[in-house]
Amino acid sequence: MYNAKAVIFGILIFVGLCASPFWASFIGRDYKSTDIVLPKNEKNCIEDADFMRSQHMRLLNEWRDEALRNENRVYTALDGKKWVISLQNTCLKCHNSYEDFCQKCHVANSVYPYCWTCHIIPKGGK
Amino acid sequence: MNKSRRSFLKTAGISAFALSSGIAEPANEAYAKLAPGRYTRGETALTAKRWAMVVLTREFKTPQDYEPLIKACHSAHNVPDIAGRQNIKWLWLDAYAHVFPDDMNSHLDEYTRAASYPLLCNHCSNPPCVRVCPTQATYKMEDGIVAMDYHRCIGCRFCMAGCPYGARSFNFMDPRPHLANPAPNPTFPTRMSGVVEKCTFCAERLAVGRFPACVEASDGRLLFGDLENPSSDVRKALANNYSIRRKPSIGTQPGVYYII
Repeated sequence: MYNAKAVIFGILIFVGLCASPFWASFIGRDYKSTDIVLPKNEKNCIEDADFMRSQHMRLLNEWRDEALRNENRVYTALDGKKWVISLQNTCLKCHNSYEDFCQKCHVANSVYPYCWTCHIIPKGGK
Repeated sequence: MNKSRRSFLKTAGISAFALSSGIAEPANEAYAKLAPGRYTRGETALTAKRWAMVVLTREFKTPQDYEPLIKACHSAHNVPDIAGRQNIKWLWLDAYAHVFPDDMNSHLDEYTRAASYPLLCNHCSNPPCVRVCPTQATYKMEDGIVAMDYHRCIGCRFCMAGCPYGARSFNFMDPRPHLANPAPNPTFPTRMSGVVEKCTFCAERLAVGRFPACVEASDGRLLFGDLENPSSDVRKALANNYSIRRKPSIGTQPGVYYII
């Protein structure tokens, strides 16, 4: 190989730069909880917390399609409890603080869903 | 691996049969569903094979008689009132010549010609809006209601061009500044700019056992029921009166009937 030293040196620098976010995380801040505030009056969500944490967005999509297209507007959870399918009237009844619940995780994870351009957040705020 | 032509054809044939006959269906369904629970209709939900509406137009004497109906509809669904040509219409009024343009009778009686008629989405049996929608944001449900999923609407407005009745409105701007704050009905969403909207035959009210808002506000002057059920109010009214529909010649088979 021509100029082997320079090429290998260059490749190493390139790889190091590409992986810089990884190195930065070693010296960066510790993991911080998002401090979401859970509803006080209800202990259990629709399904267990792990499922809700990882799948709530897909569950909402499925709820939307079932309710709007198949007119199945009642969801019977695994524990037998029945829920009326509605983001605005069921989910937000318990999770009644948008700032303390939805937004904290969404902002921390840099996701900005536009649910609230149509669905009305309790207390009329936006 | 050495496969004979015979064994290959056998496997291919059985595979094609399994995929097309529905034997493999349960596997697909289990894959498609995410939530571990079950989906059902509400216990109090009203159901029908084909929802339809009959307007007893002679019971309404003046355009003002329709005002409570329009108000009930628009406040139940957070429909804004925007001045000018960009208004949102779910339930509105127009003159006979515009509502029934196929009727060429120039010697129509004065009352019929001068009256106002309520207009709304006709929930056609053959809805052109559904056929032209590129994203299936609008679709026909099993009970005949032509519904919309605003999440999917890309605002292309093909449906507005397709609808022969002008029953669809486009949100040229965010409707919220044109609504009262808080919204008239906090249990129902608003829409956002860039989507098309229209009357839904109050599918969300039927799901909890209530008739549409306009029907409730009409004191029995709008009839609502199952067109496939011979003993329903709408069928009885249609059996005993002469009724017309809007633009019957184009074959959309509207679900809104006018008794003139």
